[in-house]
Amino acid sequence: MDDASPFMAALTLILRLDPAFLSIVGLSLRVTLTAVCLAALIGLPLGALLAVSRFRGRSVVIVAINALMGLPPVVVGLTFFLLLSRSGPLGSFGLLFTPSAMIIAQASLVLPIVIALTRQTVEDLWANYREYLLSIGMGPKQAIMTLLWDARFSLATALLAGFGRATAEVGAVLIVGGNIAGVTRMMTTAIALETSKGDLALALGLGIILVGITLLVNALAFGMSRIGVRHAG
Amino acid sequence: MLNWFGALLASICLLLGHPAQAQERFITVASTTSTQDSGLFDHLLPLFTQKTGIQVRVVAQGTGQALDTARRGDADVVFVHAKSQEEKFVEEGYGLKRFAVMYNDFVLIGPASDPAKINGVKDIATALQTIASKGSAFVSRGDRSGTHAAELALWKAVGIDPAKTQGGSPNWYREIGQGMGAALNTAMAMEAYVLSDRATWLSFKNKGTLQISVEGDARLFNQYGVMLVNPAKHPHVKAKDGQAFVDWLVSTEGQAAIGQYKIDGKQLFFANAAQQGA
Repeated sequence: MDDASPFMAALTLILRLDPAFLSIVGLSLRVTLTAVCLAALIGLPLGALLAVSRFRGRSVVIVAINALMGLPPVVVGLTFFLLLSRSGPLGSFGLLFTPSAMIIAQASLVLPIVIALTRQTVEDLWANYREYLLSIGMGPKQAIMTLLWDARFSLATALLAGFGRATAEVGAVLIVGGNIAGVTRMMTTAIALETSKGDLALALGLGIILVGITLLVNALAFGMSRIGVRHAG
Repeated sequence: MLNWFGALLASICLLLGHPAQAQERFITVASTTSTQDSGLFDHLLPLFTQKTGIQVRVVAQGTGQALDTARRGDADVVFVHAKSQEEKFVEEGYGLKRFAVMYNDFVLIGPASDPAKINGVKDIATALQTIASKGSAFVSRGDRSGTHAAELALWKAVGIDPAKTQGGSPNWYREIGQGMGAALNTAMAMEAYVLSDRATWLSFKNKGTLQISVEGDARLFNQYGVMLVNPAKHPHVKAKDGQAFVDWLVSTEGQAAIGQYKIDGKQLFFANAAQQGA
């Protein structure tokens, strides 16, 4: 770190608009946003369903899903590595060391967060509006839709929590992606690589940019929810 | 409203998840951290791709892990540096013929303070014995990589089993289970000795007070080999394109390209495909 400070390294990267760097940023965003999107598509309805339904063993399911929020990324990575490897059960799809494998792994990490936070949010609403919704003759499917729509701003925060988990994560994408230059190299895996090359300034510079991007995405989401609240109110 | 939102979400998913570029012609190479961290691939691969149109996707792991990746069928070519492990890989039928490609050498790196007083020692065995007897901190890769294998062979040659001395007092032998760069970072922070391949050492940017303690001993020789994964074991292996890469590496052109790679005027790898028995 003698001749270059991390801030200079970050600035140089941004100003130079190096195509290799841009592809790393682009891939990071693409993989992470797709993973969050998939997790939302599955997790929001599942979480809401879990909130309004009552069945034997429900508490066990809730505890299990809450616990899965702490799933170690490296375990998820290893599991999908074994599944997607050519010698594994899903090997014939040839997905190992591709962005698709990274999306699948990250979606699995984000999914429990989305389900658990959705369940909690919707359950609180359900406690308040249950009688009203039932009294106006709303079926369960419609009730879930109404509750999800009503809770949309809180749920946006749940999705942002998932996004945070995915962007910060390196263990899973490193194993299933392989950190291949130009194909599966993301911000976090590039940071790990530059650290191992001893280029700590560049590594930290990439880190600063990653934090900046996360900040930007959160600011965008906040702005959008503000506009949403104004229109809804 | 929510249905509309769900549809939007789904279409974003599809849009983002769909690969932007068309299917490229590529091979996957399982290789070592030394070839990647030293920057050799950044120099070599564009030359090969330009000539053949074949993209090369490199997964950089320790030699042991790289061979395992290939055993599972997740790579088309392996390019590593531990001859006995490579020969075993071929014997087991996972690899076709092994080709010698190039060599460099290992160097013993240590802090400038030289706690074991071994700077300038020419004999690696003496140096290691001194480190062990003085209990000076030593960082081991501990990851079944080619460098780790070479380090263990050197300890064995001097009749010391460092793993057995672990946990004893003083606890001088530290296995970190990580790549070459991480080991150098750790050695730098701990003021410890560490065995490194010269290429990674020369390109390493966080040297701090570290320097070369011992070099030039014939036992520090480090040979790299390359082989195609056997298509008979894994039918999806891209045999034609993978073999093209192997052939290019040992061709006059590939060998010249390896020799041309330099950092600060120093040559990192020495091509020796023509050498008998390498």
